Amino acid sequence: MSDNMSLVPNEQKFQSRIDAEEKVEPKDWMPEKYRQNLIRQISQHAHSEVIGEQPEGNWISRAPTLERKAILMAKVQDEAGHGLYLYAAAETLGITRDELIDRLHTGASKYASIFNYPSLTWADIGAIGWLVDSAAIVNQVSLQNTSYGPYARAMVKICKEESFHQRQGYNIMMTLMQGAELQRDMAQDALNRWWWPSLMMFGPHDAESAHSAQSMKWKIKRRSNDELRQQFVDQAVQQAQAIGLVVPDPDLSWNEERGHYDFGAIDWQEFQRVVSGNGPCNRQRLAHHVEAHTEGAWVREAMAAFEAKRRTARAEVA
Amino acid sequence: MKLNDPLTRYVVRLGDDALIMGHRLSEWMSRAPFLEEDIALSNVALDFVGRARLFYQYAAELMGGEVTEDTFAYQRDVRDFTNLLLCELPRGDFAFTLCRQFLYDAFSLPFTQALCHSTDPQLAAIAAKAEKESRYHLRRSSDWMLRLGDGTQESHERCQNALEQLWIYTDEMFECDDLVNDLVVAGVAVNTSSLRSTWLETVTETLRTATLAVPESQGGVTGGRVGIHTDDLGFILAEMQFMQRAYPGLQW
Repeated sequence: MSDNMSLVPNEQKFQSRIDAEEKVEPKDWMPEKYRQNLIRQISQHAHSEVIGEQPEGNWISRAPTLERKAILMAKVQDEAGHGLYLYAAAETLGITRDELIDRLHTGASKYASIFNYPSLTWADIGAIGWLVDSAAIVNQVSLQNTSYGPYARAMVKICKEESFHQRQGYNIMMTLMQGAELQRDMAQDALNRWWWPSLMMFGPHDAESAHSAQSMKWKIKRRSNDELRQQFVDQAVQQAQAIGLVVPDPDLSWNEERGHYDFGAIDWQEFQRVVSGNGPCNRQRLAHHVEAHTEGAWVREAMAAFEAKRRTARAEVA
Repeated sequence: MKLNDPLTRYVVRLGDDALIMGHRLSEWMSRAPFLEEDIALSNVALDFVGRARLFYQYAAELMGGEVTEDTFAYQRDVRDFTNLLLCELPRGDFAFTLCRQFLYDAFSLPFTQALCHSTDPQLAAIAAKAEKESRYHLRRSSDWMLRLGDGTQESHERCQNALEQLWIYTDEMFECDDLVNDLVVAGVAVNTSSLRSTWLETVTETLRTATLAVPESQGGVTGGRVGIHTDDLGFILAEMQFMQRAYPGLQW
């Protein structure tokens, strides 16, 4: 507790509540930086769900069977639903959805960089469901214990649906691996392209992570980027091997002593390139969202005008 | 793919309506005016794709052999599809999509209600499920007619324009050809021509409340039931069938 001595009394009390694992609720006092940090993280998470609709959504019209089509539609719909819970959680911190969307459009707010990669073949739908949703689950399970109540509760709900998605994605990969040679090649190619971006989803190494230390202290984050990444690798490698896929990492090996897989160096230049806007689809993803939002303005205006007329009519009756 | 049995042809026809409508609705995912509508539109789209699957599964059962639900969706060309033209028209703007939906839902509810009384127990069972969905769909699309019709001038104009464009495609819903007439006599199919007055009543009442005008009748465009479509259906199929055409005979 000695490092709490320098805090002003309110902050000290706040930190003691955090240390005691109490949940922070919307009306509670909280340091402004805690609030801003949470808005940043929750909105980034919300935007990721929403932008994530695109790479998967673009295969709905091309899904190879009606069953796969229906499952994919339900999945993309779930992602939109997750976006909605998360925007609602962010709004409890005193920011509006319009402001959040504006920040997305101006680039002030980020979304998961992995959605800046294209989904080129049907196997990509398998790879995204399996790897991206696995990575999301690993991260989100740890966030079920995050210190902010509304965020923690949203995570509990979201994790249940994500694990269904993850199984569906893996099932697509398994079906491909049991199929013809061209299907196995398609699956392997998808893994080759999605493996490293999935590892990058956990963010920079702990030493280089800009927001990590404070977020851990406030228990917004519960486990470090590297810990979560390791857990993901340990899981995914075994799942890949179980269906005959080869993880595209020559340095991958089981480390008996650590009880974990060692894996090769992540190309952080590539990570930075994509985060800073030069991934294959950054511009399209954002432009798509801006276009839909702009094109929908007249609908939102119509709704507001209709509600206003209703209110006036009700007031006149009263 | 040649379908001879009248019941199979009728069931596939209903499946085609649902699949193509579901396809058009699904195009809105990630493109709706706000997030709640992404979810709501995909909900309705899923209902239609689900409905298509039930009809196709039944048709596959009637045909036997290697035929599955996917055979109907992925192995037939434009001339074999027998959906209503209304279902295949490009999604247009939000007003066009919702007006189409409203005009169709106002038909679909009495249709599914009537189909619940089919002497064919499978069809009656599918209809019982579909009827519940259609009730909700109609409530939703009627609400949107009110909001858009009585919202802003722009939304009103967009809606009115959409209705004018869509109106000539509504006649086809009430058309009964020999196939339907024979199955109506057997108590299997719905006599859709008898649903027109109910439909027009619902539509007139809702549009009036929404301050929108019922378009004047200018006759109707038909052809979907005999595989004479607009140019648009071919593009839907080209996209939808890509995987099965590029990589035939595989499991996915």
